[in-house]
Amino acid sequence: MTSKHERLASRLPDVAGNGLVDRRALLGRGMLFAGATATGIGSSLTGAAAEALPVDPWSMEPGAPIPPYGVPAKYESKVVRTLTNPNHEPRTSNARTPHHLLDGTITPNGLHFVVARTGFPDIDPSKHRLAIHGLVKQPLVFDLDALARYPKVTRINFVECGGNSAPLYNKDPVQANVQAIHGLVSCSEWTGVRLSTLLEETGIDPKAKWLLAEGADGPSMNRSIPLAKALDDAMIALYQNGERINPAQGYPMRLLVPGYEGNMNVKWLHRIKLIEEPVMAINETMQYTYRVAGPKIWQFFFPMEVKSFVTHPSPGLTLKGPGFYEISGLAYSGNGRIAKVMVSADGGKSWAQAALDAPVLSKALTRFRMPWRWDGQPVVLQSRAWDEAGNIQPTRAEMFAERGEPKVNVPVTAFPMGHMNVITSWAADNKGELKHVYG
Amino acid sequence: MSTDKRLTAVIPLVLALGSAATAMAADLPGLGKSVSEAELALWDMSIGPDGKGLPPGSGTSSQGAAIYVQKCEACHGKDGQGGTNAALANAPGKTDRTMALYVPNATTIFDFTRRAMPWPQPKSLTSDEVYALTAYILARNKVIGDNETMNAETLPKVQMPNRNGFISRYPDKH
Repeated sequence: MTSKHERLASRLPDVAGNGLVDRRALLGRGMLFAGATATGIGSSLTGAAAEALPVDPWSMEPGAPIPPYGVPAKYESKVVRTLTNPNHEPRTSNARTPHHLLDGTITPNGLHFVVARTGFPDIDPSKHRLAIHGLVKQPLVFDLDALARYPKVTRINFVECGGNSAPLYNKDPVQANVQAIHGLVSCSEWTGVRLSTLLEETGIDPKAKWLLAEGADGPSMNRSIPLAKALDDAMIALYQNGERINPAQGYPMRLLVPGYEGNMNVKWLHRIKLIEEPVMAINETMQYTYRVAGPKIWQFFFPMEVKSFVTHPSPGLTLKGPGFYEISGLAYSGNGRIAKVMVSADGGKSWAQAALDAPVLSKALTRFRMPWRWDGQPVVLQSRAWDEAGNIQPTRAEMFAERGEPKVNVPVTAFPMGHMNVITSWAADNKGELKHVYG
Repeated sequence: MSTDKRLTAVIPLVLALGSAATAMAADLPGLGKSVSEAELALWDMSIGPDGKGLPPGSGTSSQGAAIYVQKCEACHGKDGQGGTNAALANAPGKTDRTMALYVPNATTIFDFTRRAMPWPQPKSLTSDEVYALTAYILARNKVIGDNETMNAETLPKVQMPNRNGFISRYPDKH
């Protein structure tokens, strides 16, 4: 027996194998639905002997008092980050965003991913200062009161850990969900002062080519960043999604270098030093580097490459029988806007173009959507993204032709290498269970 | 064209640029407080490959071994071969992410140890201790001998074995 929605969806032709429907099925179909209603098509919830829907108890009592700071509904308690170091042992902590339980493109502040070497510091904002010195004409120190009076800008940008998606380097597909594999990317609306504005006041010695950005956290995390990026679109971010930056995201201020690997967006920022050459910090030598072959190691590869992955459905979100579904997911590029996302339900044999939620912003998460009619048979779902700079998300074969075939399997929490952006494949069996495969 | 004419052409341009620059500065809040490099001395702890800013003091691997057991081994394992935290020297079968391979300049080891270690008490080590621990890590990686002294002069001169193995992806391919 087919439902009303299935029959309606079937009015648009399939555009690719295994039931991908023309994306126009998501747009402007009000007339079709209206027509269907008028002809009385539709099924009753309770069958022939229809009973009236009950009035629920919450409709018959006053609601709860409104709290000063609202939190999600108690029924959403499972929508949380996964933690690699919940007992705060002396090692790095990772917290991953549950993309399979979210929709849209903005990550709630409490669910933004975290990679922190020692947790987050308790910084008194009235004592925090940002120093800019080194190869400048006049070293200056700014406190929060001063920065509040500077011209500010608001931008939506993703931040992605350089090691996000690293489990895809495994020889065999790791059995984990989208949170475990791709949970180290998040997207926020950031508000702050352009770094170039502050550098206009300090002046720049022509010898300066790089800057060192350093946090006020215990380990004083530091990175070398090209001055060109600072003058292009770097920001001293003070607000995240309208409120002060979350403590784990760098309260009271972080550096935002849109599109560049997460580690360079230095949290708890307190010092910027203009310099001639990179300092070769541990986070740009031991870490966030990529061993290509023998002793050859790639270093300083900054923008996160074009990537996409399906979040709905994905492992853990079991399909509830044949019929209509929306396949949706996230696409982004550190090199600009997403130009196009293609979706496949047959493991890459055929593809159809997904709809993109507007606005499509540069260096921001973009939500793609694809209508789909599942016939109940096994399928392999994939997405592939193109960015406006002409970069194409690679297949596994394309990436490993350049980087060498992976030979080992490591745990999800390990980071064998970074900058992994190959196509992700989810296989559904005839029961609707999804698992990670290499398509 | 006479010299005088050239000057009259140039002077108004200079004046115009001058007033534009003044206007630009006046349009900014100008709320940063002037600070001297001396005032930032305690913050300015970054040590680059040239070793500029390395503090007085010194240490050897032999001295570092005792400090290592006391302050580092719990996380980094016996002889720096890794534990709950990263290996600092070669640990056969465990990792190839060694400092010998992945650190192009010995100054990086000093810099990170001083700013971030030990985990529970970052910045608590004396300069002598940092030099000694740096020497210990370099010796475990067979880069220097157990009795070589590391100080502001010798450390930047250490030749890391993979110094020339690093390929920058910036700005050509990034």
